[in-house]
Formats: sequence, structure tokens, C-alpha cells
Amino acid sequence: MLRIENLSAWYGEAQVLRDAGLHVDPGEVVTLVGRNGAGKSTLLRCVMGLHTGWRGTVELSGTELGNLSADRRARLGLGWVPDDRGSYATLTVTENLTLPPTVGPDPWSLERVYEAFPALYQRRNSAATTLSGGEQQMLALARVLRMGARMLLCDEPTEGLAPLLVQQVGDLLREAKRHGVTVLLVEQNLRFATSVADRHYLLAEGRVTAAMENSEVRSRERELLSYLGI
Amino acid sequence: MTAFLQSTFNGLVSGAFYALLALGLAVIFGMLRVVNFAHGAFYMLGAFGAYVLLAEAGVPFWAALVVVPLALALLGMALERAFIHRLTRLDPLYNFLLTFGLTLILQDLVKLRYGVQSSPYEAPAGLRGSVDFGLFDFPTYRVFILGFAVAVCVGVWWALARTRVGMVVRAATERPELTRALGINVGRWITPVFGFGIALAGLAGVLAAPMRAVNPLMGADLIIVVFAVVVIGGLGSIFGSVAAGFGIGMVQAWAEAYLSAFPIVAQTIVFIVMAAVLLWRPAGLFGRAEAPA
Repeated sequence: MLRIENLSAWYGEAQVLRDAGLHVDPGEVVTLVGRNGAGKSTLLRCVMGLHTGWRGTVELSGTELGNLSADRRARLGLGWVPDDRGSYATLTVTENLTLPPTVGPDPWSLERVYEAFPALYQRRNSAATTLSGGEQQMLALARVLRMGARMLLCDEPTEGLAPLLVQQVGDLLREAKRHGVTVLLVEQNLRFATSVADRHYLLAEGRVTAAMENSEVRSRERELLSYLGI
Repeated sequence: MTAFLQSTFNGLVSGAFYALLALGLAVIFGMLRVVNFAHGAFYMLGAFGAYVLLAEAGVPFWAALVVVPLALALLGMALERAFIHRLTRLDPLYNFLLTFGLTLILQDLVKLRYGVQSSPYEAPAGLRGSVDFGLFDFPTYRVFILGFAVAVCVGVWWALARTRVGMVVRAATERPELTRALGINVGRWITPVFGFGIALAGLAGVLAAPMRAVNPLMGADLIIVVFAVVVIGGLGSIFGSVAAGFGIGMVQAWAEAYLSAFPIVAQTIVFIVMAAVLLWRPAGLFGRAEAPA
């Protein structure tokens, strides 16, 4: 589904990614773990086409993304779930959901979103930024599912959420996976990561330094946590 | 009381011009992040367009009200494609220079052909005379301007609030990068939005032709106040620009009526208000602090 090879990226003079490589197969949920500043968000931004100053190969379903603009990439089926949840203050909840075009074969209908999230339905005519943090996270995820995106790029969707809401995010990602949606997830919460993902990549100083199965992450949890500084 | 109502009414009419111009500036700034210093020049071209069409081709006011804004929208879109969009990635100063330079060029081109004296333009036959409001009479044409400008502002608000295009413009104004990442080709809307903002300036110019002196510098005088209006309303805020436009029109009229003993205050009241607002709310009355990209 997604293949990244020799991806290097810079912020001005500073090199953030150094020949990073990974792949995500169709229907997989894969996490990217690493310390703050390891380049995880930059990698997602490169895939989405939002970062300038990069070199390497990014392929989606065999299509080289090259210099395609972000909006073209989204219409190829990439679903963007940014780390700040990306709620629009000047759009209502319903408008936040219906803003993106539908791009995939199996988009959620608005009714289905509201059935799954009664809290969003109740606030459907309010500005999206008036929702709670957890509700805004559900909104961001529901928005890309309503697009029918085939491959989600999620930047720390559980950050700052209460345990119950973390569980809801997990339920939603598992539900998406059951419908064949592929996910690349930046995550610091290892427990959460092993509960939703199939595989994990460790990113350190801009390089992919390890690829791990769930069992390996569980057995190395203490070592990984101390490495991540959590 | 009568004097107060009359000056309020006059203020609302001046405010109508401020509102139309500020609305165009706000829409353009929101979508392009360009402060269009040439906005006053397009207002002037709107008035001259109406004048030239009538004087040289006998085209009446009502036709000019449609034709001139459309023609200026096309000119604006051509200028956006040819120049402005090349500079959007650079420091905003380059766009200040470009649009200010455009202003000087447009003003001087008109000066070359028509000189600096004012050209007369008569209000259309149906809008001459005055309307009796009981307490005072008010020129019919000014009543028309007020009604028309309010209708245009409400129409623009409706289009922004209730249509799909309006939703895309709001989203792209608030968070351009996110909007692209959600599959919307933001770039496709930039040129039409610029053209639309220019059309509003042209419309204000046509409306001004029968009421204000039509001369090459009419826009330069007005636009300084309009920039203050935009800052007071909150840069990029659609509602703020319209509200501040009408509000400042009234404040100016009241200052002229009641502060005539302090001419310096009356003449600079707009900037006094602007300074006060900025001290109190640095982002303007309805502005938001800069959102993340």
C-alpha cells in the first residue's frame, strides 16, 4: 500500500530524516514510535506532501507520489489526521465532516458517523473548536472515514486523551481496519500501539532503526519506554 | 435629534463604501494573505468606468453597475495570474510593493487621459430628488446606496455561510495547509476570490460616481481609512470588516457634527479609534490571533 525508500528531509540546514524506509501492506495498522524530534511527524508530512525539502521515494499503491500536491494525494486516498486534530473554528461540526470530497469506494455516510458518535450529532451546528479534545479527535478520524480514505496518516491521536477516550480511538481504528483501511500511526503510547497495530517501526535520529512485531514490543516494553524517555 | 439622525444616516452611507471595500480586502487577505494596496485604485477605476461608459458610449448607470465590476474582476484576475501569485511565497513586503506600484501606475494612466480635475456624473433618473423621512429629507440616491450595500453584504455573508464554495473559502482562509491535505485544491479558488474582491471595489466605485467627485485620486484618499477599518474589524474577518465599516462611518459623521470645535480630533477620529482598539484587542474587534498553518 505505502512504500517509503531512502527518504531524507530537511528543515533549512538541519537534516531530520536520513534515508528512512518502511512499508505498510494493505489492511495493516503500523505504528511509528520514537523520541520527540526523531522525525515521526516530518515523515508523515512528507507522505502527505506538506513538507518541502525532501528527497527519496514515496509510493502509494504502486504510484510514485513524487511532487504531487497534498490535495492530489488526498484524492488518491490518503486521510490526514493531524496532531492538533485539525478542527476548523469557522466551520460547524457537520461542515468539518463534509468539507473533504469523498475519494474512496467505501466512504462512511454522515448518518453513520452521527450514529457512531452521538456526541458529535448533538453538537453538529456548533463550531468544531468548541468540542472537547476527545470529541475533536473523533471528529478528525470520522472526517477521513467519511472521505473514504484508504490509507490513514494519524499523528498521535491519543495524545492528551483520558483512558476511556483512548479506548474509543482504538475501537475506531480497529473498526476501520476491519473495513480494509490501512493505517500509519505515530504513537508514543506503547500499550495503545500494541493494542491496535500489527507491526511497529522505531525511528531514531531520522533513521528507521528497528522493525518489531507486537510480541517483541511487549517483551522489550521496559527498555523501549526508557529509551523513549516516557 | 433630527441632526443626530441625519448625521447617523450620512455616516451609514459613508460606512457603506467602507464596508464594501473592507469586505473585498478581507476576502482577498483571507484567501491570498495579500494586503491589496491597489484596492483604492480599483474603486477609482470603478467610478471612472461608469463615467467613461456614460460619456463615451451612453451606457446608463444600471448597466455600468453590472458591467464595470465584471470587467474589473477580469482585470484583477489577469493581474493576479500575471503578477501577484508569483509573489505569494515571498516576504509579504514584495506584495506591498507590487500592489502599491500598481496603484501608482493605474492612477497615472487615468491622469494621463482625464487629468486630475473631477468629472461630473449624474445620478440615474429614478434616484434623483429626496425621500421624506418625516423628521428630515434624505437624498434618494443615498438611501439607495445604503440599501444596496447592505443587500450586497448580506448576500456575501449568505454565500460564505451557506454555500459549498463559501465553506471552502472559510476553510482555506482559516487553515490553508490542512485544507489542501483534506483533498481541496485551494489554489483553484485563489484567482476567482481575488477577482471577486476586486469586483466589490469596482462596485463601490460605480456607486460612488454620482455622489463623490470622480477623479484619479479618489481611491487613494479613501483607502487609508478603509485600511484602518480593516484593522479595527480584525484583519481577515469578514463580519468584522463590514461591522467596522458601518461603525466607523457613523463615528466619523458624529465626530464631524459634534466635535467641530476640535477639527484635529474630528479629522483623525478613525485613527484614534484604531489605536484604542489595538491597545485593547491587538487582533482587532473580531479578529482571531493567528491560527497555526
